Amino acid sequence: MTNSQLTPGVAAGRLGAEDYARNFADIAPRFAPHEARVAADRCYFCHDAPCITACPTSIDIPLFIRQIATGTPEAAARTIFSQNILGGMCARVCPTETLCEGACVRETAEGKPVEIGRLQRYATDTLMEAPSHPFARAAATGKRVAVVGAGPAGLAAAHRLAMKGHDVTIYDARPKAGGLNEYGIASYKAAGGFAQAEVDWLMQIGGIVVEHGKALGRDLTLEGLRAGFDAVFLGMGLAGVNALRAEGEDKDGVANAVDFIAELRQASDLSRLPIGRDVVVIGGGMTAVDAAVQSRLLGAENVTIVYRRGKARMGASEHEQDHATQSGVRIIHNAAPVAVHGNGAVREIEFAYTQDTPEGLKLTSETFRLRADQVFKAIGQTLKGAPDGLAIEGGKIAVTGPGRTSLPGVWAGGDCAAGGEDLTVTAVAEGRDAAEDIHAALVGTGG
Amino acid sequence: MANLASTFVGIKSPNPFWLASAPPTDKEYNVRRAFEAGWGGVVWKTLGSEGPPVVNVNGPRYGVVYGADRRVLGINNIELITDRPLEVNLREIKSVKRDYPDRALVISLMVPCDEDSWKDILKRIEDTGADGVELNFGCPHGMAERGMGSAVGQVPEYIEMVTRWVKKYSRMPCIVKLTPNITDIRRPAEAAKRGGADAVSLINTINSITSVNLDTFAPEPTIDGKGTHGGYCGPAVKPIALNMVAEIARSRETAGIPISGIGGVTTWRDAAEFMALGAGNVQVCTAAMTYGFKIVQEMISGLSQYMDEKGMTSTAELVGRAVPNVTDWQYLNLNYVTKAVIDQDACIKCGRCYAACEDTSHQAITMSADRTFSVKEEECVACNLCLDVCPVEGCITMRELAVGELDQRTGRKVATYANWTTHPNNPAAQAAE
Repeated sequence: MTNSQLTPGVAAGRLGAEDYARNFADIAPRFAPHEARVAADRCYFCHDAPCITACPTSIDIPLFIRQIATGTPEAAARTIFSQNILGGMCARVCPTETLCEGACVRETAEGKPVEIGRLQRYATDTLMEAPSHPFARAAATGKRVAVVGAGPAGLAAAHRLAMKGHDVTIYDARPKAGGLNEYGIASYKAAGGFAQAEVDWLMQIGGIVVEHGKALGRDLTLEGLRAGFDAVFLGMGLAGVNALRAEGEDKDGVANAVDFIAELRQASDLSRLPIGRDVVVIGGGMTAVDAAVQSRLLGAENVTIVYRRGKARMGASEHEQDHATQSGVRIIHNAAPVAVHGNGAVREIEFAYTQDTPEGLKLTSETFRLRADQVFKAIGQTLKGAPDGLAIEGGKIAVTGPGRTSLPGVWAGGDCAAGGEDLTVTAVAEGRDAAEDIHAALVGTGG
Repeated sequence: MANLASTFVGIKSPNPFWLASAPPTDKEYNVRRAFEAGWGGVVWKTLGSEGPPVVNVNGPRYGVVYGADRRVLGINNIELITDRPLEVNLREIKSVKRDYPDRALVISLMVPCDEDSWKDILKRIEDTGADGVELNFGCPHGMAERGMGSAVGQVPEYIEMVTRWVKKYSRMPCIVKLTPNITDIRRPAEAAKRGGADAVSLINTINSITSVNLDTFAPEPTIDGKGTHGGYCGPAVKPIALNMVAEIARSRETAGIPISGIGGVTTWRDAAEFMALGAGNVQVCTAAMTYGFKIVQEMISGLSQYMDEKGMTSTAELVGRAVPNVTDWQYLNLNYVTKAVIDQDACIKCGRCYAACEDTSHQAITMSADRTFSVKEEECVACNLCLDVCPVEGCITMRELAVGELDQRTGRKVATYANWTTHPNNPAAQAAE
């Protein structure tokens, strides 16, 4: 290994083997049993608890914490999974500081909430290690449902539909199921191959078939699915990526942050993954933070996030921003890219400071340049290849109620559907609720 | 710093904190360390008769009840009296007392219930230099089955009889240790007094099973698959002990008899409460067994600070201060009316007050859509449960209604003091007129 953090350009193997192992280890390991009991004891068991209201999947948090406190984490996990079948991943990736833990009355009281996320992980990990799946299928209905996308929304919908007795076929464009859980989340949040383990565990319910390499609009048509199935759920996420619209965007070294994260997640040997000495990430959301932090963890010397608006407007939570800065990432606010410089490959990126005015964001004449061997674009994703005939709202599939689209027999949820935050937990809630509505429609019990 | 020096039935100690007769006072090594740590006195673990000592089980002797974070709330034990030879104990007691003349050293005794046995043991301890004896009439396990311990303590006539023997054959101050495993603590205390006891000490441990192992279906502590009731002590028993101390302190028959308070004393505050209810000093065991001898430093500093703040210069000023305020239910002022008040700024909106009141009390708290919790004075009976379950200290308080103020619940104005003895609903009330 001859490269180091100071090696110019884009290079692999900037760190020692033990550095990679340490940098990409589980960021918040599972509680030991006593830690869990102590953390659980802090829960006040609030009446009509604010944490439940704050959870997009409405998990009965005080109940599951009490179940942990009384030595039955398995029962706690059933409480969680009955509302959120991806409760294991959500325990790892949810921005709890803005959801359940943000609403915890002990946050109000002491600024130190009950550690709900870590308690949830303790419970779900415990039950997921058990030899059997906690849910069984109802009697077969003979109905068949197509699910497009094996991400959080599609998996949640599929599991709930299978549980209700329907047969489900999931179509996914990628070679692995999991969606952003597998391809789009920082490695250290789902260490140990958790995303695939969770998919495997979820599939144990039976009645779900996954067909990989099948993308809607390329290999499948909505008409075909509607003809071949009793109902269709669309949960294909946002496959498109916004462009910078800055001069020189096509130079080598400029890439989409989601592609970088996906490549990193799929890499079998991180020391062989090249990273720039100087990396610039453009954007202000979770994806920007995940790309920037992991660039640092791969050995980039200088990593900068540049966001076009102020700190308060950043999509990444305060906790995530702190995590970035503590990882050595510099965050520049109120600056937008205007040009990418370099001879073939990017060498520098030029920004103009911005002003947030009532008429919109305006570039000022004040500019600066940052050295960049790599530029990662994390400025949002878009719906790509939406089938004709579906009403679109704000660039996403328009839905009413529990994910009903403008077409009969077609539901949608997750990032591809309008409404709700683009979070794993929101996608799970939408998939689950759509499944309940599909079930009601298929068996004619109203809804 | 307030002077904590204590004189109890003529026995002087630098502070009122004694270690109770129990495992911590079983031998010279421990007692010397206790005195070095600052304990004012010890009651040496119970001695039995001459002859082969008792034997203890060789499995677990203790069961435990935990609170949050494995905080010990209560311990029970099935250990018996000392299992070391009498001569060894006597030699050690003499040695320790010689080196710590300023500390109290009382010997706990338990021998068979016949006059010769007591006469004999009293003679044997005579030249140890010990300051007094404590009669163990309380131990609820093992020894009771042999006609000793609580088997004596549960029969007032036996207490009186044995106490008389002790006073007959010894000039030492005699403290009678009472068992709480009876229906009315005043009867054994009265018997001790009739027998000539100089003081009573209470409570001894409470018959208990701390838990049941749900895999082996055996009570804890479990000895080879079986368990037996043990004596319960520690913070969990303090409320029971406080009441029993108060009952003796305020009973006409026993008022004034010195009391050594025992039962869950863990902090200086616990000690002060026992003393306010009439205990001249306190004895400690579980707290020392949980945290070690060093806790006495906090007890000393805490009680000193408290007494300084109250302007008390001796512990005698504290002893019994709360006794006049312990009364019978029938004398409580039925015209004392309070209402719960919730401090909205302090409220963290957990809703526990609402759940408690709505589900289990008087439906006197409302909850709004934005989780504002308000008291309905017209429903509030002032039971205090909301305050008790509120996790925020001082968030809920009870406001006292002034005489003449309208009670929204009854529609009547608050009147001056009146109790059950004169209440119109009391069938016996007329007799009071």
